[in-house]
Amino acid sequence: VSGINGSAAHLSDGLFTTAIAVYALAMVGYTAEYAFGRVARKTTAVAAPSRELVGAGGPAEVTGSAPDDVAIATSKQPGRGQTGRWAQRIGRWSVVVTVLGALVHAGSIAVRAIAVDAVPWSNMYEFASVAGLVGILAFLGVLWKLPALRYLGGFVLLPVILMMFLAGTVLYSKAQPLVPALQSYWLAIHVTLVSIAEGALMTSAVLTVLYLVKSRYDASRIKSERLFNLASKLPSAETLDKGAYRVVAFAFPLYTIAIICGAIWAEAAWGRYWGWDPKETWAFIVWVVYAGYLHARATAGWKGRAAAWINLLGFGSITFNFLVVNIVVSGLHSYAGLS
Amino acid sequence: MTVLLRPLRMIWRRLTAMRTALILLFLLAVAAVPGSLLPQRPLNPGKTASYIKDHGAWGRFLDAIGMFDVFGSVWFAAIYLLLFVSLVGCLVPRIRVHARALMRKPLPAPRNLDRLPESGRFETSAMPGDYATAARDALGRRWRIEQREEASGALTLSAEKGYTRETGNLIFHIALLVSLVLVAIGRLYTYEGQIIVKQGDGFCNAVFNYDSWKPGRFAAEGKVRPAPFCIDKLTKFTATYTSDGEPEEFRADIRYRRNVDAPQQTTSITVNHPLRLEGDRVYLINHGFAPSITVHMPDGTVRHDTQVFIPSDATTFLSEGAFSELGRDGARQDIGISGLFAPSPVDEGNGKIGSASPQVNDPELSVFVYRGDLNGSGLPHSVYTIDTSKMHKIGAANLRIGQTKHLPGGVSVTFDGWVPWASLQVSHDPAQGYLLVSALAMVIGLLASLGVRRRRVWVRVGPAADGDPGSPTVVTVGGLARSDSGNFTTEFAGLLERLRAAGTPAERVPTSIGAGKDEG
Repeated sequence: VSGINGSAAHLSDGLFTTAIAVYALAMVGYTAEYAFGRVARKTTAVAAPSRELVGAGGPAEVTGSAPDDVAIATSKQPGRGQTGRWAQRIGRWSVVVTVLGALVHAGSIAVRAIAVDAVPWSNMYEFASVAGLVGILAFLGVLWKLPALRYLGGFVLLPVILMMFLAGTVLYSKAQPLVPALQSYWLAIHVTLVSIAEGALMTSAVLTVLYLVKSRYDASRIKSERLFNLASKLPSAETLDKGAYRVVAFAFPLYTIAIICGAIWAEAAWGRYWGWDPKETWAFIVWVVYAGYLHARATAGWKGRAAAWINLLGFGSITFNFLVVNIVVSGLHSYAGLS
Repeated sequence: MTVLLRPLRMIWRRLTAMRTALILLFLLAVAAVPGSLLPQRPLNPGKTASYIKDHGAWGRFLDAIGMFDVFGSVWFAAIYLLLFVSLVGCLVPRIRVHARALMRKPLPAPRNLDRLPESGRFETSAMPGDYATAARDALGRRWRIEQREEASGALTLSAEKGYTRETGNLIFHIALLVSLVLVAIGRLYTYEGQIIVKQGDGFCNAVFNYDSWKPGRFAAEGKVRPAPFCIDKLTKFTATYTSDGEPEEFRADIRYRRNVDAPQQTTSITVNHPLRLEGDRVYLINHGFAPSITVHMPDGTVRHDTQVFIPSDATTFLSEGAFSELGRDGARQDIGISGLFAPSPVDEGNGKIGSASPQVNDPELSVFVYRGDLNGSGLPHSVYTIDTSKMHKIGAANLRIGQTKHLPGGVSVTFDGWVPWASLQVSHDPAQGYLLVSALAMVIGLLASLGVRRRRVWVRVGPAADGDPGSPTVVTVGGLARSDSGNFTTEFAGLLERLRAAGTPAERVPTSIGAGKDEG
């Protein structure tokens, strides 16, 4: 007899839109820091090309001995240094704005939960919203440990904002109570694990793209000015590659557990633990591709860029599973909420 | 003999190489794709048949190469069997190597510890022997430590940790193999039966009772028999909907016996909560309506009949079905009625009815009444239809409950009411519990193999270079990350700090750390 709390659902929608706007503001801030701030690295191998890109103000001074080989340079020279400090201040405020956005976003999800009186991730809109929040929280978690990576915020926020925009427009569905098949505590467990794992794998894909750009930049002899200007400011290719791997090493067991929980639920709901439903098939494909990535990183001849492309193939499969399988292919997992 | 063996050995080496395993993994992923994009016969036979019909030669070609049963096809099996063999070939030597590594003492210290990726040096006033003991305590129990004395008189500690990483890796892969075997065993012993039960009816778990029966190999051969339990009565089926017509709950209340001699028990089966008994599971799969009618036959007899109607529309539950009432043999006095049942009827014009929702609200039964010989062409047809080839239509009507339609020849049809029915599925797979255990072992193995880090550290404790007994003891430390290095530089710095503190230095000696260089 449970109904839908209409005013709460409305409030949730408003908070969702506000969160997108706040994130967009933060993204502008991060991008400003990235563009105007100064970055230098300890690694001497790439110091030569980077030095001339860092600016006319002479070699940038490296601060801190952070284990990661990235540090924001704070030049003490007047003029240019002023810009650097200014950019830093914008970067710090961007983090504050991101936290604010995350709070509004979490509020939107919590209010939606009250509106539907259930865990709020039973359709594509809700799933995308939760996965986006997980992505943001993962990034904030990384900042906690490695504040020096702050200037990369724009690269994380851009896909999240795009996904949330897509969720709010194309994938949007009104707050609805759960159909009987979804009335199970496994919904909370299975879908939470999937969204955390896939949110993390998205972060890994972002790092992998940056790695590919950076390693391409390192390999090219002529440093073109336009696009590669950006690449020069990235952390070292090795750091990016290792970061991408560590995220997969965290997300892959989670994804495995998520699939197992899904199988346990399928056994209770559909009478079999595995039935090659399109969604299950694609979960299998995603799992196999990431297993391939982990093996490739340990295989001579596949390390580096080849493995990176496998990582992107894996994220491509996740995207396909989320968008195409939900919308185009019909199966038992048809809870997209689209009609 | 060797002429034959050499190519075999070469094939074996190729097959068990990591590169081959990688390629097989990708083939497996690619091979699964058509299974999700094309209709699959085991999941949806009707859709598959119409797809083949619509696509002519292309459809038949796809069918011939197994594209409509990808996961049962020879080539899919070939890929995973090759992967299976490759995995076994890869695992056996690795188990042997790992077992040997577990037995072996950590390797002796290399000559120059400062050439290792991480290294450091400090001095302590403690005697070499005392310091070595203190250092062992400082390292702690997680390290496997071997103490040696070199020819020069220096003491060395070889410490190694993270053996669990490879152990976990092996557990994961072995559990993966075991899981595949358990899936296969489950396939052999499994069976699945489906039956439609009207409210008030029941059934016993026997093959001949089922409307559809999907046995595994042993069940098909009769080696596995369904457990002898009975669902004696579907006492009540309830479908609950929210105010805006969304389904909220489906519940089947039943009386059952665990076996023929057991006392009766009551329970209810809902979506997500099957009844588990005697190694079988009973699921509530679907539901629908079974309208009841009274028919006055041409020969004057009266028939009461309740028949299962199948929803032809999954959202509104407009359902279709038929009644077959046999008259005297050969008299062409059979009455056949095909019908539509609308739980929430709406008039669609021209006497057609539709349904607005699956909720029952003054339902309507639309009947098309035929008279003649029901056993028309003799061809098999669905029990939800009638064969009208030797019959003629004598009338049609839309009836509400209690209404009667009088037809020529003394025939009349009365819509008496309806009962719900539930479609129950009985499933059996004795291997799935073990499979869950095996899957959990996979997760544990995976966590260890991705989370544990393999490290080697050596400590050399020597008297000062000139051997002067008054001078402090010199300690050199070198470290090596043998797997995903994480942040070994920081880790090593912390370790060095602990080792230095263990030496209770006579005076503050600054620790110098070698160039930090990770090894991936």
